[in-house]
Amino acid sequence: MTTTFIHPLTGFIEKTFVITEFELRKLRHDFTELITRALQPALWLLIFGQVFARSGAMHTGNIPYLDFIAPGILAQSVLFVAIFYGINVIWERDLGIVQKFLASPTPRAALVLGKGFSAGIRTLSQAVIVYSLSLLLGVKLSWNPLALFNVLLIVILAATLFSTFSLVIACIVKTRERFMGVGQVLTMPLFFASNAIYPTDIMPAWLKVVSHLNPLTYVVDALRTCMLAGSASTFGLSFDYVVILATTTVLVLVGARLYPRLAT
Amino acid sequence: MAEVVLEIKNLTRRFGTFTAVDGLTLSVNAGEVFGLLGSNGAGKTTTIKMLTTLLPPTSGEALVAGFSITKQAVGVRRAIGYVPQAVSVDGSLTGYENLLIFAKLYDLPHREQPARIAEALEFMNLTAVGGRMVGEYSGGMVRRLEIAQATLHRPKVLFLDEPTVGLDPIARDAVWKHLVDMRATYGTTLFFTTHYLEEAESHCDRIAIMHQGKLDALGTCKELEASLGPGHTLNDVFVHYAGSALDSGNNFRAVSAERTTAQRLG
Repeated sequence: MTTTFIHPLTGFIEKTFVITEFELRKLRHDFTELITRALQPALWLLIFGQVFARSGAMHTGNIPYLDFIAPGILAQSVLFVAIFYGINVIWERDLGIVQKFLASPTPRAALVLGKGFSAGIRTLSQAVIVYSLSLLLGVKLSWNPLALFNVLLIVILAATLFSTFSLVIACIVKTRERFMGVGQVLTMPLFFASNAIYPTDIMPAWLKVVSHLNPLTYVVDALRTCMLAGSASTFGLSFDYVVILATTTVLVLVGARLYPRLAT
Repeated sequence: MAEVVLEIKNLTRRFGTFTAVDGLTLSVNAGEVFGLLGSNGAGKTTTIKMLTTLLPPTSGEALVAGFSITKQAVGVRRAIGYVPQAVSVDGSLTGYENLLIFAKLYDLPHREQPARIAEALEFMNLTAVGGRMVGEYSGGMVRRLEIAQATLHRPKVLFLDEPTVGLDPIARDAVWKHLVDMRATYGTTLFFTTHYLEEAESHCDRIAIMHQGKLDALGTCKELEASLGPGHTLNDVFVHYAGSALDSGNNFRAVSAERTTAQRLG
């Protein structure tokens, strides 16, 4: 046994990326998933988006409705993909994989964040899909390199946030059946109580309060700011980042605390 | 006197009002092959989970390679390898990748990783299939890969929970041949649970029999057989100490997990 001293923080970062790397390696044989995941944003933009744009029912200021919801649909598809990520650890628990990792000296937070990051990187495909559809529909996108970089970063962080949330739920409910139930119950409220497909201005007061507590709202705001040409942020991009990063940090810490429950 | 590598003192675990492990005390010497026997629900898996730091004990203590399972969990984790009963390698990675991730997680020096992995594959007779997806492996190959993965960092103690469940006799023999070789080459202490008495008889230096969470018998197979009087077999010993436990078995989840494992490996 070799014992070299490794600084806890370096160790944590290193192990996080080891977990991410191997989660991503598993993707090589998993291309059907990419295609099926493209379907949902396509339906929302092509059908829901176009119909509502025609109806003129939504007042989205000087931004056309389709432009308004394109970032919302990206955020939504990130949420929908990430929120079911936790099913994987339940599967790994039913095998003995989780147990073996927990019996290794890997920091628990690295196991959790590593998986979250890999979900983040997997979800980048959704950005490609939503950008392609937006181009097709004539959404006025911003091609500023810094803005594009921000979009990719926000997508990764948002998916990390929601997949870690999902993992926390998995650690609590532990079985596939209950997990699917909870997942279904959570996605729609998170989606509708946000600014994804309508501005918060038109919400009743109580819902507006809820939407301001919903991290998805800040994801949508950040994406809208960076994706669209000539759009202004409601909360300020830095504030959006602070909310997203702080929520993720809290969830990773909670996840690290709960993860060992999967071994019992 | 031999070095003690595992010292269990009054180890107890309760789940609500049910006591799964009840005041277990025993010690295991370095390099020993130690078998923990008992019927379903006797507390074997709970014991292994506590010793591998997966489950905190309700009371009591154990020192693994000198580290306390309650206060120095990370030290314990560095010193041990663990092969759970269920399948613990990833079917969507190759055998090589399954080993590489553990080489990295256990901080094996970067330069030594390829050689160590090659050696582990060779040792477990998996060199030819190292580049194949584990999803295509046979049950015996999966088990051998799991052992390779759990011993890549040369642990002092290797814990195995029912290492041969669901394997055919030939695969079982192969797994044992490699385990025995490993002890001979690296001096690894093997601590394992099993249902198969003949495995205990042919491979263990000493065995312990647990019954309803308590340690009922401890010694070499010969000693235990002799303790019942002349002409007794290990089977008689087992029935004598654990025989009354017919209906105390596992819960549904444990049984279904065990059968699934058997199915996947078989």
